[in-house]
Amino acid sequence: MKPDLRGLAVPAALMVLAEAGMRLNQVQSDALARPTEVAGALWQAVRDGSVWLSSGQTLWAALAGLALGGGLGLLLGLWLGLSRRAAQASTLSVELLRPVPSVALIPLSMLVFGFGSGMEIAVVAFTCFWPMLILTQAAVRQVEPRLLEVAQMLGFPPLARVTKIVLPAALPRIFMAFRLSVGIALVVGVTVEIAANPQGLGYALMNAQQSLRPDLMFALVLWIGLMGWGLSAGLLALQHRWFRHSLPGGTGGQS
Amino acid sequence: MTRRASRWSAPASSIALTLGLLVAWAVITQREWVSPIFLPSPAATFNALVDGLSRGELLGLTAGTVERMAYGWVLASFIGIALGALIGTSVTLRAWLQPMLEVIRPLPASAVMPIAIALIGLSPAMVLAVIAFGAVWPVLLATIHGFASIEPRLHEVGRVLRLSPLAFVCKIGLPNALPDALAGMRLSLTVSLILAIVGEMLASQQGLGQAILQAARAFRPADLFAGVVLLGVIGFVSNTLLTAAERRVLRWKQL
Repeated sequence: MKPDLRGLAVPAALMVLAEAGMRLNQVQSDALARPTEVAGALWQAVRDGSVWLSSGQTLWAALAGLALGGGLGLLLGLWLGLSRRAAQASTLSVELLRPVPSVALIPLSMLVFGFGSGMEIAVVAFTCFWPMLILTQAAVRQVEPRLLEVAQMLGFPPLARVTKIVLPAALPRIFMAFRLSVGIALVVGVTVEIAANPQGLGYALMNAQQSLRPDLMFALVLWIGLMGWGLSAGLLALQHRWFRHSLPGGTGGQS
Repeated sequence: MTRRASRWSAPASSIALTLGLLVAWAVITQREWVSPIFLPSPAATFNALVDGLSRGELLGLTAGTVERMAYGWVLASFIGIALGALIGTSVTLRAWLQPMLEVIRPLPASAVMPIAIALIGLSPAMVLAVIAFGAVWPVLLATIHGFASIEPRLHEVGRVLRLSPLAFVCKIGLPNALPDALAGMRLSLTVSLILAIVGEMLASQQGLGQAILQAARAFRPADLFAGVVLLGVIGFVSNTLLTAAERRVLRWKQL
């Protein structure tokens, strides 16, 4: 299969244009930087380790928040998916709490935890809780009811019913929810750092802007973009590999 | 009799759980299990809400945030649908541009904010630009998808009827892409609200985002919670309105 290079052509052409245009007009700006300067700044940040340090801080907070909030969402989602009565009782509370925008909790989290990983983890956890809850609940609902009847007939205790029947059957969709939540966690983590928390990639980005280093600023945006894209592409590949046959359409579900 | 009981038991249990949570909140604050600096009582929150609304102060802030969110969202929807129609109808443009768009999409929109600050400055226009940029992706990609998946025979119909490209887009393309575009618009409404809040926090624009940040810094938890509640209400109401509108607009499809 020949890789489609047409998709690469446009960004490459835009870069060349930007480089040439800024060299010809001799742009000296606090807001713009030539692509070669951006590449240089990125290379330097990679070499002196600063970008790894801030990436580590951002990733740690995002993944810890995801583990906490997503884990709780998963457990509660399993319960609500299995018990119709629990699902009915939770409807109103979920509908009232879910629309609260995640970033509205930044000031509250700041007040409770102060600056640092704690506040970021809390906001990421709140955000990731909802998609995991809703999507896990939906995934469990879609488990073939006859499987549950079989489990009942075999006299499985409730815990075995969950671990042996429900979880394996719902796993492909739960993995999809997890993949979505990883993307959300990263976005929210960076956002919290940009808005308030003095650590990680978001703060490095704000810092680069405020110290009038447009080359470093664009380099960091590029880095954040590459990291997010790499994570989501990697998880998508895993999903294709593990669950290709168990998702609708047999393609691993693009959505 | 039992059917009637079950019809009412679902909403009743739902309301009971929500009230239960409120009572738990009240008990926790009354016993001071959590410091009142972090968690004001429901009554204090309610008073701050009523007080702020009756003095008109909170109304103005809410209007500011809603206005910002709505302008950005409308702008993003227009650009997204127009560009999406353009790219979606042309197989060539899709091949050249779509890979680049897919790579930019997972980039956290808030990461663009420092760039926008450097280019535009700390102004309402900056916030609006970032909201429009961040909220355009769901609409744009959904519209492209909607246009790309038009039944091929409809293209033939268009050719037979000698529709001009514009007439084809308006009469066949848009109605076909509408369900996708509307789903994208719902997602981008959430994004708009989040970015409006972050923008207000960073650029000190008059609105709820800035107000809750100040309330947290001044240790006024009741005002902070009142702001968070209002932001939740904005999220809930806008989403509900849009879902209702979606159902109405797409009614022809269900027949």
